[in-house]
Amino acid sequence: MSVDTLAALGASLLIGIGLYGLIVLPHPLRKIIAFNVMGSGVFMLFGALARRGAGAGFGADPVPQALLITGIVVAFAATALAIALVVRLIEATGSASLASDAPAPADAAPH
Amino acid sequence: MNPTLLLPLAVLLPFVAMLVAFALGARHVQRVALGALLLGTAVAAAIAWQWLQAGGTLVYVLGGWLPPLGIALRADGPAVTMMLAVAVVVCGIGVYACADFGMPAGTPEARAPFAFWLLLLAVWASLNLVFLSGDLFTLYVALELLTFAGVPLVCLEGRGETLRAALRYLLYALAGSLLYLLGAVLLYGGHGTLDITLLAERLRDEPLTWAAAGLMSAGLLAKTALFPLHLWLPPAHGGAPAAASAVLSALVVKGSWFLVVRLWFDVMPGVATAAAAQVLGAMGAAAIIVGSIVALRQQRLKLLVAYSTIAQIGYLFLMFPLAFDATGQVLQSEAALAGGVLQAVSHATAKAGMFMAAGLIYAALGHDRIADLGGVARAMPLAVAAFLVSGLALMGVLPSGAYLAKKLLLGAADDSGQWVWTLVLQGGAAFTAAYVVLVMAQVLRRPATALTLAAVPRMPQFAALALSLCSFALALAALGPLPPGLLKSPLEGSEFVTTLLVLAAGTTMAAGVALKPWLGGEGAPRRLAVSIGRGFESADALLRRWPSAGLSLLVVAALLAWLLGSR
Repeated sequence: MSVDTLAALGASLLIGIGLYGLIVLPHPLRKIIAFNVMGSGVFMLFGALARRGAGAGFGADPVPQALLITGIVVAFAATALAIALVVRLIEATGSASLASDAPAPADAAPH
Repeated sequence: MNPTLLLPLAVLLPFVAMLVAFALGARHVQRVALGALLLGTAVAAAIAWQWLQAGGTLVYVLGGWLPPLGIALRADGPAVTMMLAVAVVVCGIGVYACADFGMPAGTPEARAPFAFWLLLLAVWASLNLVFLSGDLFTLYVALELLTFAGVPLVCLEGRGETLRAALRYLLYALAGSLLYLLGAVLLYGGHGTLDITLLAERLRDEPLTWAAAGLMSAGLLAKTALFPLHLWLPPAHGGAPAAASAVLSALVVKGSWFLVVRLWFDVMPGVATAAAAQVLGAMGAAAIIVGSIVALRQQRLKLLVAYSTIAQIGYLFLMFPLAFDATGQVLQSEAALAGGVLQAVSHATAKAGMFMAAGLIYAALGHDRIADLGGVARAMPLAVAAFLVSGLALMGVLPSGAYLAKKLLLGAADDSGQWVWTLVLQGGAAFTAAYVVLVMAQVLRRPATALTLAAVPRMPQFAALALSLCSFALALAALGPLPPGLLKSPLEGSEFVTTLLVLAAGTTMAAGVALKPWLGGEGAPRRLAVSIGRGFESADALLRRWPSAGLSLLVVAALLAWLLGSR
C-alpha cells in the first residue's frame, strides 16, 4: 500500500469519526472536538493530495499547503468562538445542554 | 484609475471600517459605521455603473497573478444585483439600529451596541466577498467569516436561550462548512484548481464530481437552513434583537444560498441533472408547506416571522428545477436565474422590513404575543403599515419584486412543462397570505384593555416602511433590464382574480390552523385543521432534533451525489 493510499484511508477514518461525533454526541464540548477531528481528516486529505501534486504536475504542489494553513486558522478561530460560547452558556444557565430549545417559556401566551 | 479596483474596495472598505471602529472604541463606532455605510453604498453603485458601461463581467486579478495560481474577483450580473440590494438593506438596518443601538453622549458605553455595529460591517464585507469571489476556497473563507459574524449577532443580549441558539447555529454551520471544504478539496485533487471558470471547463461527468457536488451542496444547504436542515434557524432568528434578526434573516442566509447558485449555474452547469434539481425544488416545496403551517401556530410574532423565513428560503430553491428545459437535459439559466435573484432581493428587503416592524411592536408593547396585539394598528400605524406592505411584497402582489420573480419562474415552469411547480408557486403565495391575514386580523381588533405603549421614535418606523416599499416597488425598478410585457395592470381580470384567490385561500388557512379560532366556531373542519397543524408542528420538532438533523444532512449529500450520477 502506498503512502498516499494510507493517508487517504486515515483521512476518511478521521472524517467518519468526526461526523459520527458531531451527529451523535450530545455535549457541545464533544461536538467541538468531533469538529476538530473531522477537520483534521479534511486537512490530511488535502495534504495527501498536495503530495501527489495533482495540480501542477510537479513533485509537491505548494498551493494546497498554503490553503491548508488558512483552513487550520479558520478551524482554530471557529473552535475558539465555540468554546467561548460554551463558557458563556454555562455561566448563564448552569448547564451546557443544547437540548431544550423551547423558545422563551417565560413570556409564552396563556391558553 | 482602473475601474476594476472597485471590486477589492467593496470588500476592503467595510473590513477596514470595522477595524478602525474597533480601534477607536465604543464612543465612535456608530459614526464610523454610518460613514462606511454611505461610502460602501457609493462603491456598490459605482460597480453597478461600471458593470453597465462594460456590458459584461468585471474581473480583478489579485496581485496580477492569474488563476490557477492567483485569485480573481468577478462581478457578473447576479453578483452586482445582490451587492446593490445588500447595500440598500444594510443602510436601512443602519438607520433602524440608530434607535436601538445608538450611543448618545453622556450614556455609559455598552457592549451590545459596540458589537452590533462591528458585526454589521463584518457581515456586509463577508457578503461582498461571497458575491465577488471567483475561487472556491476564498468562498469557503468568506462563508466562515459570514458565520462568525452572524453567530454573535444571535446572542447580543447574552441571555441563556440566545446563547444556546447561537451555539446550535455555530456547530451545525461548522458541520456544513466542513462538508463544503471536503468537496472543494476533492475537486482540487481532481482538477488542480479551485477557480470557478477554470473548473467549469475542466469538470467531467464522473464520480469525483458527483461526490464533491453532493457534499458541497448539502453543506451549503445546512448553512442556508433549507428544510429539513433548519434546526438552528427559528430560535436563532426569533431570539435575537430585531435589528440583528433583520441582518440574519435578510442577509446572512442569502450568502450560502448565493453560493449554491454559483455552484450549480457557474461551476457545474454541464454536470447538474434535472433529477438532482428536482430534489432541491422538493425540499423547497416542503419548506414552504411546513414553515408556513408552523408559522401559523406560533404564539409570538417574532417566531412567526422566523418560521416564515424558512418558507421563504424554500421559495428561493424553486428556481433550480425550473432552470431545466422540457427535455430535462439542458440547464438554461436565463429566466429562472433572473427570477431567483429577484426573489432573493425582494425577500431581503421585505423580510428586513418585517422583522423591524415586529421589533418595533415588541419595543412598544413590551411583548409580541400575537393573541394580545389588539389595538396596535391604531396605536402604531406606521409599523403596522410596514408589516402589511412587506407581507404583500412577500405574497407577490403587483408591483412587488416577488411578483415579477413569480412571473419569470411561472414562465419557466410553462416553458419546461413542469406544472407542479406552478402549483407550488401559487400555493406558497397563499401560505404567505395566511400569516399576514392572521396578524392583521389581530392588530385590527379592539384591545381588551387600554394599551400602554412605550414611546417608539419615528426614524426606525420610517426605515422599516422604506425597506418594505423598496420591495413592494421593486418590479418597477427591475423592468429596465428585463423584457417588456411582464407587468400588467393590477386590476386586469386574471391578475385580480389570482390575487383574490390567494387572499381567500390564505384567510381560510389562517382561520383553520391558527391557535385561537377567530372565524366561525369549533366545528369538525376546524378540529381537523388543528390536528393537521399540530401534526406538522411535532414533525418539525422531531426534524429539528440534533441526530435527525445530522442524518438529514448526510442523506441530502448522498441523495444529491447519487442523482447527479444517474443521468
